[in-house]
Amino acid sequence: MYRAEVFVTLKPVVNDPAGLTIRGGLQALGFDSVKDVRAGKYLAITLDEPDEDRARARVEEMAQQLLANAVIEDFRIEVQPA
Amino acid sequence: MRTGIVVFPGTWSDRDCFHAVGEILGEPVRYVDHRERALDDLELVVLPGGFSYGDYLRCGAIARFAPVMEAVADFANRGGLVLGICNGFQILQEARLLPGALLRNASCEFRCEWVHLRVEQSDSAFTLDCRPGQVLRIPISHGEGNFFADAATLESLERAGRVVFRYCAPDGRVTAAANPNGSLGNIAGISNARGNVVGMMPHPERACEALLGSEDGLAVFRSAIHALTRVAV
Repeated sequence: MYRAEVFVTLKPVVNDPAGLTIRGGLQALGFDSVKDVRAGKYLAITLDEPDEDRARARVEEMAQQLLANAVIEDFRIEVQPA
Repeated sequence: MRTGIVVFPGTWSDRDCFHAVGEILGEPVRYVDHRERALDDLELVVLPGGFSYGDYLRCGAIARFAPVMEAVADFANRGGLVLGICNGFQILQEARLLPGALLRNASCEFRCEWVHLRVEQSDSAFTLDCRPGQVLRIPISHGEGNFFADAATLESLERAGRVVFRYCAPDGRVTAAANPNGSLGNIAGISNARGNVVGMMPHPERACEALLGSEDGLAVFRSAIHALTRVAV
């Protein structure tokens, strides 16, 4: 069994109103050093595959087909034995 | 105009669309279940607004894999008329039947209000009865209608005249103040290259009776009837 973590983020050119709002909130709390916040999605997927390479390849396919929208989003995957 | 209104789990504007087409225009209409695979009896397919599959992951991301969507793609590719309204527009983009994406509103607010739309081109199947520059008063109701496309896609849409509607002031001027959600170029609706598939964020089905404040949405549905007549001739 493997546990994959998928991080989905908006592409740098895509405006992120949620990130901007969170940045404003942090600055209002006095976190003056905050320059930028980008919001994204985190998915943890447990899957039954024979080896880590196979698990990673399957999660890549999932990200391309469904988990991320290539028009606006990038993704990064980390895989570990579960 | 034999019309099908697609219903996914979480669709909410299906009855309004059914009412507009069936009761107000008196055209034959039926609901299409998201598990159906044949649309051969239809001339117009409407993907109505709502929150299909709870809008989980991304608006329209799950709906685009519903069994009916393969049939919708075939129907569109054969030249059938397809109108995606609000969540339906988001689904058409996820299905790659229309380009771009709809991001969270720049205000981070859900916007439910009347807007004015300038008709940018009257060649699409859903604007044939309009004249370019005509202003329609139609409501919006969405949290994620902020039209985005990369620079190259945006330019090709503009150059090909595929921007169908823009948010505008009541006098037709396209201004930042008239843009309710941050959409690039004030874009409220676009078409595919052939003009038979249109996606729009505003709800024409909710502006088909004077009692509700506007009849301007009728132009969208009447244009489709006109388009079908024209094809038949």
